[in-house]
Amino acid sequence: MIQTKDILETINMIREENLDIRTITMGISLLDCSHSEIDTLCRKVYDKITRYAEHLVATGDQIEREYGIPIINKRISITPAAMLLASADDKDAVKLAVTLEKAARACGVNFLGGFSALVHKGFAHGDRELIEAIPEALAVTEHVCASVNIGSTKTGINMDAVRLMGQVVCDASARTADRGCIGPAKLVVFCNAPEDNPFMAGAFHGAGEPDCVINVGVSGPGVVRAALAKSEGLDLTGVADLIKRTAFKITRMGQLVGSEASRRLGVPFGIVDLSLAPTPAVGDSVAHIIEEMGIDMCGAPGTTAALALLNDAVKKGGVMASSHVGGLSGAFIPVSEDAGMIAAAEAGCLKLEKLEAMTAVCSVGLDMIVIPGDVAPETVSAIIADEAAIGMVNSKTTAVRVIPAVGKAVGDMLEFGGLLGYGPVMPVNPVSPKRFIDRGGRIPAPMQSLKN
Amino acid sequence: MRAVISVIGRDTVGILAAVSGECAKYNINVTDVTQSILQDMFVMVMLIDITEMTIPLTGLADRLDALGAEKRLSIRVMHEDIFNAMHNI
Repeated sequence: MIQTKDILETINMIREENLDIRTITMGISLLDCSHSEIDTLCRKVYDKITRYAEHLVATGDQIEREYGIPIINKRISITPAAMLLASADDKDAVKLAVTLEKAARACGVNFLGGFSALVHKGFAHGDRELIEAIPEALAVTEHVCASVNIGSTKTGINMDAVRLMGQVVCDASARTADRGCIGPAKLVVFCNAPEDNPFMAGAFHGAGEPDCVINVGVSGPGVVRAALAKSEGLDLTGVADLIKRTAFKITRMGQLVGSEASRRLGVPFGIVDLSLAPTPAVGDSVAHIIEEMGIDMCGAPGTTAALALLNDAVKKGGVMASSHVGGLSGAFIPVSEDAGMIAAAEAGCLKLEKLEAMTAVCSVGLDMIVIPGDVAPETVSAIIADEAAIGMVNSKTTAVRVIPAVGKAVGDMLEFGGLLGYGPVMPVNPVSPKRFIDRGGRIPAPMQSLKN
Repeated sequence: MRAVISVIGRDTVGILAAVSGECAKYNINVTDVTQSILQDMFVMVMLIDITEMTIPLTGLADRLDALGAEKRLSIRVMHEDIFNAMHNI
């Protein structure tokens, strides 16, 4: 029997606390679209994506209407595009990106991820061509997202790729300077990238995935904060328990929507990504959960401990609510997409170094951080290397999505709009790491990799 | 198969009649009605049986949206599975 109080609780979560399904992402394998002729390859890619995802948006909208739960994004992730380019004689990566953009528009999705290369141990055919084309590809497309995996616990860190990516991030920004430097906001540099992540900009459909799959990402920082606000006086054991119970409910909703979407589309259900994904909307902030726990402002001492508790409790609560858990799973801390993080960064309380420490205990990494436009590419590379080292040693996913704001300095504001939000330009340590980055080579895999 | 209709807004005359009238039009049986206050708002929750419904659930959602706009209330219908999933193990 459904209890009225449960009905009211759910309705209140949706109406007042921004509870939503953040994304239904259809993963599509394009391995069978390889061809030596780039035009034929592009045609096969377009046909397969539009055939498989034809009903994705309509199905998502229908579920949203029937269940009364907002589904914010419908997205597509594809086989890392560099794998397709490997077989093409003319490795015209931009042509492929434009094809992906057309397919995304035809399907009506919000984003398409997988303009990606996996180079954690080295470059294969197509990898370098794709990476070098990223700035232009992101400038001439709107919905296509790129990612590059430059390290893993098993393989160590490919520092040649790290050096290259510092330059690519800066170039991507320069190429889109007239549009709020949106390019690097669609580019993620990973260590230990998951193959089933439904969240952008880092989603791609890994080589071990089935032909087609539905993955779901849930959200609900506002619900967790509201639950904590109603429960004053709890000790931290009680706080963790409350977050677990709340995460369980949120994830069950994701599991239901994912399995329903999978059934209606006739596509296997992959995973639920147990995530707290903030938006710039008031009341939808991970930073505010940390503040609700008792840290006066996010970034102050204690923030890392509070985030560790939150991240762990979200996973523990969510894992029982879902048959298969995957993706990034945890609390996201994107600065420009989180009203509390933006306020803390503006006040100077939240700094890049503190964010780096927080990434050791959150789900991903340095995310949506605006840095001065004159930061040297080798400094961006070094930020990537630091973050990858945290991921490599701790056997977790880490990533960097920083945006050099062309023509802007510390304290200025950069506006992206929509879910990407806006952010203050944050200071970066000006001392040069150039000699270290110029060495290139590979950082060997740590002892943790030798598990067999 | 059941669903839940929730009405949120200012309490006015004839809400129950209007919503249940809409239900009757499409052969929907109202099995339970409760009223309460949620953050200073009037809230009515109706449990409905949609097994013999003569309209798709999305169609009913559209009709109730229109009714809500006319009466300046938020009226939404949600399939019961969402509540079972979230609140029952």
